Amino acid sequence: MTGYLADVAALARKDLLVELRSRDTVPAMLLFVVGALVVFHFALPDDSSGLAAAGMLWIALLFTALLALVRSFVAEREGAVIDGLILAPCDRSAIWLGKTLSVVAFLIFAEAVALPAFALFYEPVSWELVAGVALADIGIASVGTLLGAMAAAARARELLLPLLFLPLAIPLVVGGVGATLAEDPARYLGFLALYDLIFAILSWASFEYVVTE
Amino acid sequence: MIHARGLGRRFGNKRVLAGLDLDVDRGDFLLVTGANGSGKTTLLRLIAGLIAPTAGQLEVDLDRSRLGFLGHDPLVYRELTPLENLDLYGRLYRIPERRERAGMLLERFGLWAARNESTSALSRGMLQRLALSRALLHEPDLLLLDEPFAALDAAGAELLLGELERAVPGRTIVLSSHQPERLAGRPTSRLALAAA
Amino acid sequence: MSTSLRNNGAVALALLAAVLLTLGLGLALLWAPEDADQGSSQRIFYIHVPVALTAYACFGWAAWKAFRLLWKGDERADLESYTAVHMGVIFGVLTLITGSIWAKISWGVWWTWSERQLVLFLILFLFYSAYFMLRYSTEPGPRRARTSAVYALFGAVLLPVSFLAIRLADQLLHPSPIFTRDGPQMSASMFFSFCVCLAGMLALAAALYTIELTGKRADANLRELRERLA
Repeated sequence: MTGYLADVAALARKDLLVELRSRDTVPAMLLFVVGALVVFHFALPDDSSGLAAAGMLWIALLFTALLALVRSFVAEREGAVIDGLILAPCDRSAIWLGKTLSVVAFLIFAEAVALPAFALFYEPVSWELVAGVALADIGIASVGTLLGAMAAAARARELLLPLLFLPLAIPLVVGGVGATLAEDPARYLGFLALYDLIFAILSWASFEYVVTE
Repeated sequence: MIHARGLGRRFGNKRVLAGLDLDVDRGDFLLVTGANGSGKTTLLRLIAGLIAPTAGQLEVDLDRSRLGFLGHDPLVYRELTPLENLDLYGRLYRIPERRERAGMLLERFGLWAARNESTSALSRGMLQRLALSRALLHEPDLLLLDEPFAALDAAGAELLLGELERAVPGRTIVLSSHQPERLAGRPTSRLALAAA
Repeated sequence: MSTSLRNNGAVALALLAAVLLTLGLGLALLWAPEDADQGSSQRIFYIHVPVALTAYACFGWAAWKAFRLLWKGDERADLESYTAVHMGVIFGVLTLITGSIWAKISWGVWWTWSERQLVLFLILFLFYSAYFMLRYSTEPGPRRARTSAVYALFGAVLLPVSFLAIRLADQLLHPSPIFTRDGPQMSASMFFSFCVCLAGMLALAAALYTIELTGKRADANLRELRERLA
């Protein structure tokens, strides 16, 4: 068990270190999410309610997440570096967990900018929204990492990943927007937690089949 | 240790290997020759477990942790330093005293001076030497080398020959090359693959 | 199963489907009593719901075959899973079309977000369309088989999760629904007609599935033979 967690830690650390050195993904995510929020101002009619703004935030977050997810496997595909991890005696699911944790970290960095920006441009951010975002991050990272591995083996992978991801992201949007706007956010937060549990376990268990040749 | 019966591998509609029978015992040094496209790389990747056969059977009686592989790609992270790369693999392979071992290999392959530089700054020859260090890091019982001399500089080639020369008890080697002359009498058996 | 036996099976299923569907539709249109609430427009229910249930069955079968591929390593299950998804998408599109027609007849709109079944099928349609994109852009081989299987399994799990999501979304976005429809209160004769239609649709799906699977298997065998000779 400790060996497994040590592997996960080593792999997550590797992903974070690679991102820190290359500075590819997180700056792009930050710029994109703020840019999207600005575009939405021009896309929304003047008398839009808080509903529209909250919805737009979730769209912005989803597409920002897609940026991170596409990048997370592109690096491994170049030079087939992931072969090195597959050859190693570690459990393949540890690769998934390490990557998922690093994607969650990237998402948190992006949201640390996006949420204040949203509060500045549109309306205050409630704790329910933050909780919803946090729970959704887990779901996005879990499913996205698995789908990223699937798409990595295909042609046109940058096109394929959003197609694979969006239907699976719909429940997350429902949960997230619900948590922000509903009178009983607990139900929607509970739903997000349920989604996270189901799909994280499923992704964890099936990663092995998807990443090996 | 390695047994193949009727081994075949297809990529889409293209058959790269077919009907291959192979037996490699512990301690053997197998040299695989053949022109480009004859399936040398595919065979080595099959043995390494990176790809699965699409026909026939392949048995490799060895745990993944005892296997070392050097292919066309160096399998190192460009954003990390050589030392960091070996440290990562050292952790994954659960090598005791991984820092010492990494340091020793970097020194042996002339990379000690560059140990804290970004791997993207290394020359092709140095990169291949780093890859070789990675492959040898955990003292594997089975060493798979796919055209290792192709990307090595003269110094690296000498080092590799020296490494192959070292009589490591129980170590099995499978090496593919389309210039087998360098190895002269070292291999104990040969396999010539023909293009499918 | 040999080809001739499978062909006979396909023919038998096709005949069964033809018989059941003709009977079922006849019963639905002529014999079953008219629904008190909705009148004759309700009769499309006899096609729409069986088609929807058949689509669910196809996706479920695809997930089962996908599971077998991953668990037992049964390579043949790849084509079976793929064909089942294909059938599911065909019946899914039919569900969307019949549902849309029903909405038009009932409420005068071609689409409504408050019809949960329709929204669910829209999501599933998106999901399984991406399945085909995944297959077409991955090179054939064990990896494509396994990746498709994992995706098909995700689909089966997404089904109930999406349904729950849609229910939650409904409560959030349409707290006072404009269009409501309870399932028709079915008398015995309605229920019987419905069951016959359902059986007919399932038989039709099974027939199409068998025919397509046979064709795909023959294609694969032919390709393999060509290669051996080359």
